[in-house]
Amino acid sequence: MTSPTPIPPGRTPLSALFLGFLNIGAMSFGGGLAAWIRRETVQRRGWLDDRQFLAGYALSQIIPGATNVNLAVFIGTQLRGAVGALAAVAGLMVVPMALIVAAGALYAAARSGPAGPWIARVLAGMGAAAIGLNLATGIRLGRTNLRTPVGIGIAAVTAIGVGLLRVPLLYALATMIPLSILLAWTGRRA
Amino acid sequence: MISTLLQLAALFGLLSVLAVGGGAGVIPDMQRAAVDVHHWMSAPEFLDMFAISRAAPGPGSLIVLLVGQRAAGPAGAAVAVIAMFIPSSLLAWVAARFWHGAGEASWRRTVERGLAPIAVGLTIASGLALIRGTESGWAAYAVTGAATLLLAVTDLHPFALLIAGAAVVLVFG
Repeated sequence: MTSPTPIPPGRTPLSALFLGFLNIGAMSFGGGLAAWIRRETVQRRGWLDDRQFLAGYALSQIIPGATNVNLAVFIGTQLRGAVGALAAVAGLMVVPMALIVAAGALYAAARSGPAGPWIARVLAGMGAAAIGLNLATGIRLGRTNLRTPVGIGIAAVTAIGVGLLRVPLLYALATMIPLSILLAWTGRRA
Repeated sequence: MISTLLQLAALFGLLSVLAVGGGAGVIPDMQRAAVDVHHWMSAPEFLDMFAISRAAPGPGSLIVLLVGQRAAGPAGAAVAVIAMFIPSSLLAWVAARFWHGAGEASWRRTVERGLAPIAVGLTIASGLALIRGTESGWAAYAVTGAATLLLAVTDLHPFALLIAGAAVVLVFG
């Protein structure tokens, strides 16, 4: 085991940080953003090693909010502090935001025109596949992260309660998070 | 107008700090607020926005840009994006600063283990809620089922399945 080489703060230029995340933002069509972030920051640019990346990714999932935006904040902060976080998030968001604004405007203009029904069907089909991406991501996360019946049970109750029975998120989280952490704690001691 | 902007700021500011396990987990609550509570759009419109935000690269949570724009124009889009990303990013920044000092504390690993099943459940819940709230017709169900299976067991690029899904529903939907 070699210990990771600490990267001195201030070494990575802000412009490189911005451009690296611009690249990630521009390429990650259809999701899989975390894989793109790892490819760019670990494999291509060597800003951090895999262990640092995985720690940052776990943290980004625990912190509320969009996981991959949190990960950009984490990596940007590690390399260049608060300004680095801003550069990384700005780089990550600028291309997708421009594309979404353009797509939204086209959609609003075209939906009431003659092509409207066709556009609605294309988007319905993409939406149906995107729902599959959500479900598949949940299945993949479950396969790698849930190893106990208790964990699987907590995940199932959360999925059914929020997804099918429409329990408001605030109540679901206020109940399930303390319960799950308590079970993880007692399970660890057992 | 101002009251709509305040509603957007309150809604997405709250969802920002509630979105444990990623932005997808709050999609059902976002849909309920935008469609049923505030009546900014219909349920099919929400699914269209979901599709656009998923088809575009970048964080899926950028759906808030479209929801904000539909509710209150460009100002609404700006308010929605700021409210959705600033609170959670501040939390991430604070956490990143203290992360290296925390080391491998056992409480941290316990909290990680406790949150993992919640995050998995919420990710699946977002898919279930969208099927329940927005889908109809066998073509859409078939696309969702096939995409779920293929993306769970293969390394196909998700964008390829978005294109295939669009083609299937265009022809058979």
